Amino acid sequence: MDYATLLQLLDSTLRLATPLLLACLAGLYSERSGVFDIGLEGKMLTAAMCAGAVAFYTGNAWVGALAGIVGSLIFALIHGVTSITFRGNQLIAGVALNFLASGLTVLTAQALFGQGGRTPPLEGAARFGELTLPFAEALRPVPILGPLYADVISGHSILVYAAFGIVALTWWVLYRTRYGLRLRAVGENPAAVDTAGVSVKGLRFSAVMITGVLCGLAGAYMATALQAGFGKEMTAGRGYIALAALIFAKWRPVQAMWACLLFGFFQALALRPDVVEAVVHVKVPVPFLDALPYILTVIVLAGFIGKAIPPRAGGEPYVKER
Amino acid sequence: MDRLPRWADVALVPFVSLLLAAIISALVIIAIGQDPWEAITVMVEGSVMNAYGWGYTLYYATSFIFTGLAVTVAFHAGLFNIGGEGQAQLGGLGVALALLFIPWPHWSIALVAAALGAALFGAAWAAIPAYLQAKRGSHIVITTIMFNYIAASLMIFMLVDVLRPPGKMDPATANFPEATHLPSFNEIPGLNLIFTSGVPANVTFFIALIMAVVVWLLLWRTRLGYQIRAFGKSEPAARYAGINPTKIIMIAMLISGGLAGLMAINNVMGEAERLLGNSASGAGFIGIAVALMGRNHPVGVVLAALLFGFLFQGGAELGLWTKIPIELRTVVQGLVILFTGALDMMVRMLLIRIFAVFRARKLEAA
Repeated sequence: MDYATLLQLLDSTLRLATPLLLACLAGLYSERSGVFDIGLEGKMLTAAMCAGAVAFYTGNAWVGALAGIVGSLIFALIHGVTSITFRGNQLIAGVALNFLASGLTVLTAQALFGQGGRTPPLEGAARFGELTLPFAEALRPVPILGPLYADVISGHSILVYAAFGIVALTWWVLYRTRYGLRLRAVGENPAAVDTAGVSVKGLRFSAVMITGVLCGLAGAYMATALQAGFGKEMTAGRGYIALAALIFAKWRPVQAMWACLLFGFFQALALRPDVVEAVVHVKVPVPFLDALPYILTVIVLAGFIGKAIPPRAGGEPYVKER
Repeated sequence: MDRLPRWADVALVPFVSLLLAAIISALVIIAIGQDPWEAITVMVEGSVMNAYGWGYTLYYATSFIFTGLAVTVAFHAGLFNIGGEGQAQLGGLGVALALLFIPWPHWSIALVAAALGAALFGAAWAAIPAYLQAKRGSHIVITTIMFNYIAASLMIFMLVDVLRPPGKMDPATANFPEATHLPSFNEIPGLNLIFTSGVPANVTFFIALIMAVVVWLLLWRTRLGYQIRAFGKSEPAARYAGINPTKIIMIAMLISGGLAGLMAINNVMGEAERLLGNSASGAGFIGIAVALMGRNHPVGVVLAALLFGFLFQGGAELGLWTKIPIELRTVVQGLVILFTGALDMMVRMLLIRIFAVFRARKLEAA
């Protein structure tokens, strides 16, 4: 494999890792607050449909992204009401929301556009364009680093850079702010947070809403940046890969970034089986590459690469006063 | 807190949940500019008003009974098995391997072999998540989700690279031998008086009903069933009573996976008569809705499976005859899971309030 191919691979790694990363960080807030969320997939899908449809009507990717966030927030609200207010089973609620999203997105897109459940192709300002970072062309002649900067780091949509910015922001919020401390506490020991006079429900709701916003960005990225429009089931299990990455990263933001980059790299590899074959000299079946993130997650869950321990109060609704 | 009378708990709560799901579905249909009344008419006519429709409704219901029972058994052990889909796909692989390479003389013997293959492969696919839950404490929900995706990849690999007959383009196995054809309802003496045209419902339906009885006997009439239920209610109490958690988790999940796998004798052996890609086509997930709706009781599961059979066949008719996309059934499925599974408490609180009002009135009158 030559350097140019490697750069191509890394470039698509960044593209493919971005929706995973946004969804993964989304899940991080919810799960750190003690609300398990296997509905990331459904929220992303809803957001992708809303973003695709509104971007088509307005011709503006930003308005589309906003609509995506709103759509995802509605689902987050249902999840919150179900699992926090009515103390329902969080996992079952997530499963239900995924099915709802899967059906409703197609129904809506079909009713609006009549094109078999997808939005018309988006073009121009309806998509997030690629940004060329300063000096990308000027630095290209620099050996090794120049092409890396020009081809891999530069030339992505703003949401890609935003995703990596949110990693830093999340780290800061989680470990350097009062809100982050409370968030971590409420996922481990809600009774203690309650005793300190902080509302457990309020904290959890806020976390679930942040999850909604980030899933909204992830979905908007899918429909208006990575691809040109919404298509049926376009998230294709990314919500679950993000969940896998979250476990892989043991619910920590910076590690989540590395996990998503790794899984994004696998996805990029699955698109280039020829490269894989040239490197390992054995024909690797594409389905194996597709399955790799899931297999790795199971291995991590099994505790063979350091044990993944979820937030202690995760999955349990909080009941005040017994 | 006030409690609901038993009849309300058993019948009214699921009914109200279903009603709420139906109302919202109707609103969704109105929102996309279609007529809910027309929708329900088309669904009823296409699925339960004639023998042909029943032939499909019962065919779907058969698969859902298996996957619903699978989720039920795991639920009683306090385990949420979302892996029914993957286990059912692996069950399909078991059926294919049992039927493709051995020349069975008669369908009845072939059925036994295929059922064993299906159950064995389904159970094997549940075994790893079960072991990881029991021994390493890995959350079974996450591992079974992961195993669904791994199963999907494995099946693509098996169908494209291993089992596909040479020279064929579509990712599927060769057709199973003629001798392994299961009698469908239109070929069973007696039933063929009702089912005059070819329908996919087949003898497997009766096996599904038998399995429902077996699961009931297992859970409520055997020592093992008692241990499973005790473990599901309270792990510390079960541990204290000398019940081995590892054993219960393993056994419950193996039975669960086996039941999900068994579904394949209906769709792979009974209907397609070869193994196709995505063979379970979502039935594994519908098992979750069926188990929740059926209140984790075999009788409820059979009734809920019939309802979902109706929904599935009716939904397909909608896709054919109206402008309502077939995906409406996914929406209804999601709503049923939401109301019967996650918002159970809300429905209950609502009913408790209503009952309290009635009681107060009765007291006043007395």
